[in-house]
Amino acid sequence: MYRIVEKIKLTPTDKMLVIEAPEAARKAKPGQFAVLRISEKGERIPITIAGVDPDKGTVVIVFAEVGKTSKDLGKLGVGDYILNFAAPLGNPLNIKNYGTVLCVGGGVFVGALLFLIKALRQAGNEIVTIIGARNSEHLIFLDDAEKLSDELYISTDDGSRGYKGLEFLKELLNKRKFDHVFTIGSTSMQRLVSELTHPYSIPTTVNLFPIMVDATGMCGACRVIVGGATKFACVDGPDFDGHKVDFDQLISRMRFYNPQEKIAMVYHYKEVA
Amino acid sequence: MQRRNTQVEMPKQDPKERIRNFNEVAKGYTSEMAVEEAHRCLNCKNPQCRKGCPVEIDIPAFIKLIKEKKFGEAIRKIKEKNALPAICGRVCPQEEQCQKFCVLGLKGESVAIGRLERFAADFERENGIINVEKYGSDGGRVAVIGSGPASLTVAAELAKLGHRVEVFESLHTAGGVLMYGIPEFRLPKAIVQSEVEYVKKLGVLFHLDATIGKLTTIRELFESGFDAVFIGSGAGLPSFLQIPGENLNGVYSANEFLIRTNLMKAYLFPRYDTPIKVGKIVAVVGGGNVAMDAARSALRLGAEKVYIIYRRSKEELPARLEEVENAEEEGIIFMLLTNPIRFIGDERGNLKVMECIKMELGEPDESGRRRPVPIKGSEFKMDVDTAIIAIGQTPNPLIQRSTEGLKTTKWNTIIVEEETCQTSIEGVYAGGDVVSGAATVISAMGAGKKAAKAIHEFVMKKRLKSGT
Ligand SMILES: Cc1cc2nc3c(=O)[nH]c(=O)nc-3n(C[C@H](O)[C@H](O)[C@H](O)COP(=O)(O)OP(=O)(O)OC[C@H]3O[C@@H](n4cnc5c(N)ncnc54)[C@H](O)[C@@H]3O)c2cc1C
Ligand SMILES: Cc1cc2nc3c(=O)[nH]c(=O)nc-3n(C[C@H](O)[C@H](O)[C@H](O)COP(=O)(O)OP(=O)(O)OC[C@H]3O[C@@H](n4cnc5c(N)ncnc54)[C@H](O)[C@@H]3O)c2cc1C
Ligand code: SF4
Ligand code: SF4
Ligand code: FES
Repeated sequence: MYRIVEKIKLTPTDKMLVIEAPEAARKAKPGQFAVLRISEKGERIPITIAGVDPDKGTVVIVFAEVGKTSKDLGKLGVGDYILNFAAPLGNPLNIKNYGTVLCVGGGVFVGALLFLIKALRQAGNEIVTIIGARNSEHLIFLDDAEKLSDELYISTDDGSRGYKGLEFLKELLNKRKFDHVFTIGSTSMQRLVSELTHPYSIPTTVNLFPIMVDATGMCGACRVIVGGATKFACVDGPDFDGHKVDFDQLISRMRFYNPQEKIAMVYHYKEVA
Repeated sequence: MQRRNTQVEMPKQDPKERIRNFNEVAKGYTSEMAVEEAHRCLNCKNPQCRKGCPVEIDIPAFIKLIKEKKFGEAIRKIKEKNALPAICGRVCPQEEQCQKFCVLGLKGESVAIGRLERFAADFERENGIINVEKYGSDGGRVAVIGSGPASLTVAAELAKLGHRVEVFESLHTAGGVLMYGIPEFRLPKAIVQSEVEYVKKLGVLFHLDATIGKLTTIRELFESGFDAVFIGSGAGLPSFLQIPGENLNGVYSANEFLIRTNLMKAYLFPRYDTPIKVGKIVAVVGGGNVAMDAARSALRLGAEKVYIIYRRSKEELPARLEEVENAEEEGIIFMLLTNPIRFIGDERGNLKVMECIKMELGEPDESGRRRPVPIKGSEFKMDVDTAIIAIGQTPNPLIQRSTEGLKTTKWNTIIVEEETCQTSIEGVYAGGDVVSGAATVISAMGAGKKAAKAIHEFVMKKRLKSGT
C-alpha cells in the first residue's frame, strides 16, 4: 500500500499526486514509469514518473482523467492509499551534455518533461523548451518551465495562448541548431515533432505509450515497430528514436480496446448510481 | 475391498456446461473414491514410482495412509518432500513422471498417484488442519527473486531451516505462472494463494511490485545484508513467429491472453476493469499446455470456433494427454501439420485472415522429433478475428541485463552448476524455468530443493567463517 501525501488539481482534468514509495524514490530516473493499481479489481496502468524526493521518499505523478482507472485515481485524496505502485520500470533516458537540447512536452506530460529538463540542466545542456496543450486552460507548470529553461515557447492547438499548433517549430529549426530533441506528450504530437526534425537529421527521442499489461516484458502487448524490428516498449523503451518508429501501427494498436473501455465507464457509472 | 484393474475415474464437469464457466473442470475424489484407488497400490518394497517423482515423495507410504483413512498423516508424509501438493496433484504431467514408472502400469493402468496427492492436499485445506513445522533457527538472510514454484520451494525449505527469507516479486501477486498463466479452470487461484499463505506462515516476507534489475539489483541486495540470492525469475518472454502481420490488432501472445484472463480476471469484465477482446473465430498457434490453456480460455470467453494450429502431427503434441482430451471434448478443432505464414488485416489494422501452409514430416531434427517441412503450393487462407501465439517462452531478461558477471547461454538461460544450482557469481543461485527454459512446475520445485540445500550449506559456512 502506498500513501498519497499531496494532491494538486492542475486543470479540471489533470491532477498531480505525491506518493510515498521510498525505494522507488531513491531509484527512479527521468524517462521511467510506474505501474499502479488502485483496487483488487483494478487494471494495471502505467504513469510516467514526474519527479522524486529521495529524502522524503516520495514520487510525483501527473495524470489526465481519461477513463475509468484514471478517474478513480483522481478521486483519491491525501491520506488515501494506492494498492500497488510498481516503480521504477522502463529504461531511464540518456542524460549527458548534448549541447543545445530542444525539449517538447504536451498536456499532462509537461510534468515528466520538467523532471527530464532538471537532469539535462545539471548535465550542462542549454535548454530550449516548448510546452503545448489543447488550450490555455490545459497549460501546466508554466512558471517552473520558465525558470528551468533558457528559452520557452508556448503552443496551443486552438491558439488561445502562444503559437497555434507546432508549425512555428519549422522556423525555429531553420533558425537554430539543436544537438538533440526530446519529446513527450500525445502520440500525435510526438509524431509531428519527429516528422519536423527528420529533414534536419536532429536525433529525436520519443517516449511511447502503447497499451501495457505487466510492463515487465512478459506479454508483448506493448510491442512497437522501430526501424523495422519489433520491440517491447516496457523493457526496450519506452524511449525510442522518433525517426524510426512506425507511428501508424502504434496508434492503431493504442485504439484497440476503446470500445471495451467505454463499456467499463458505462458499467462503472451504473454501479455508482 | 476388491482391487480394481482400472483407475477410479475422477468426476469432471460436463463439457457442455464447463465451456461456459471458469470453474475447475476436474472435481477431485471423494474420500470413498480415494480409499478405493489407494487400495490398488501394491505398496512395493522397491517402489519404481518414486524414481519418476523429481522431489521423491514417499509415494507408497502416503498412499498406505490414505488406504487407512489417515488423511491428515498422509498429507504430512507428502509435505515432508513437497510443499505444494495441491498444485502438483493437479498440474504435474503424472503420466510422464511417477505414474509412468508404477508397476501396475506395465499391464494395466497405473495407480492414480496425482489424484491421490490432490485429494490429500484438498482434504487438509478444506479441513483447515495446516500445520507449520520448522526445524532450525538462527540462519542467515536469503533473498529470493520471483515467486513461482521454484522460488516458493526455496523460500519454504530455507525458512524451515531457520533462515530469514525475503521474496521479491515484480507482479502484484505471488505465484508466478501458477497465478498468471495456468487458468482457473485447471488450477483455482484460491488454492495457489493458500499455498502462498503456507509459505508466509513459515515466516517468509513477500515484497510485491518489486522488480529486481529496476528497483534494486543483486549487488545491492548483498550490500543490504543478504547472505545469498536465489533467482527464480522464470521464462516469461513470449516468442513470436516473426511473420508478416504479427503486430496487427487481434494477434496476442499466449502470455498476454492468459495474463489478462487469469491474473487480471478479464473473464469477469466489466466487474473487473481489465478488458480482453475475443473474436468469433480464434486460432491458437502451438501444441503445448500453453496452447491448450489459451484455446480453452478463448472458448470460455465466448469464441464460436477455436482452432489449434500445430505444425507437427498429433503424436508430437507436447501438451499433456489429459489436456488434449479435455480440449477435444470441449470442441476445440485441431488443425495439425499446418503452419501460419502471414496475417492479413483490414484498413484499421485489425486481423481478418490468416494464411497457412500444409506441412509434412521429414527427417528427425536435433530434438529427435521429425522435422516438419512445408508442402509447396499448399497455401490456404482462413478467416480469423483473433490469433494467439503459443510457440514458447524464453527467460525474462531484466536480471540477466542488470547483473554483471552472470553467465548465460545464447537462449538467455542462466548457467548453473548441476549439483548446487550455483551461478557464475558466488552466493547467487538460480533454478526453474530461468535455467531450464520453459519446463514444468515439479522440475522447478526439484531445482528449488537442490538450490535450498546448497544455499543452506553456503550460508552456514559463511556464518561460521565470519563468526556470527
Ligand atoms: C509508459 C507509459 C507512461 C504513461 N504515462 C502517463 C502519464 O504520465 N500521465 C497520464 O495521464 N497518462 C500516462 N499514460 C497513459 C495512461 O496509462 C492511460 O491514460 C491510462 O491507462 C488510461 O486508463 P483509464 O482506465 O483511465 O482509461 P481507458 O478508458 O482505459 O483508456 C483510455 C486510453 O488510454 C490508453 N490505455 C488504456 N489502457 C492502457 C494501458 N493498460 N496501458 C497504456 N495505455 C492504456 C488507451 O490508448 C486508451 O485509448 C502512460 C502510458 C504508458 C504506456
Ligand atoms: C499457460 C501455462 C500452462 C502450464 N501448464 C503446466 C502444467 O500443466 N504442468 C506443469 O508442470 N507445468 C506447466 N507449465 C509450466 C510451469 O508453469 C513452469 O515451468 C513453472 O511455473 C516454472 O516455475 P518458475 O518458478 O521457474 O517460474 P515462474 O512460475 O515463471 O515464476 C517466475 C516469477 O518471477 C517473477 N519475475 C520475473 N522477473 C523478475 C524480476 N526481475 N524481479 C522480480 N520478479 C521477477 C515473475 O513475475 C514470476 O512471477 C505451464 C506454463 C504456462 C505458461
Ligand atoms: S509431485 Fe508430481 S511427480 Fe511427484 S508424486 Fe506428485 S504428481 Fe507424481
Ligand atoms: S509402483 Fe505403483 S503400485 Fe508400486 S508403490 Fe508405487 S504406486 Fe504403488
Ligand atoms: S507490457 Fe507486457 S511486455 Fe510490455
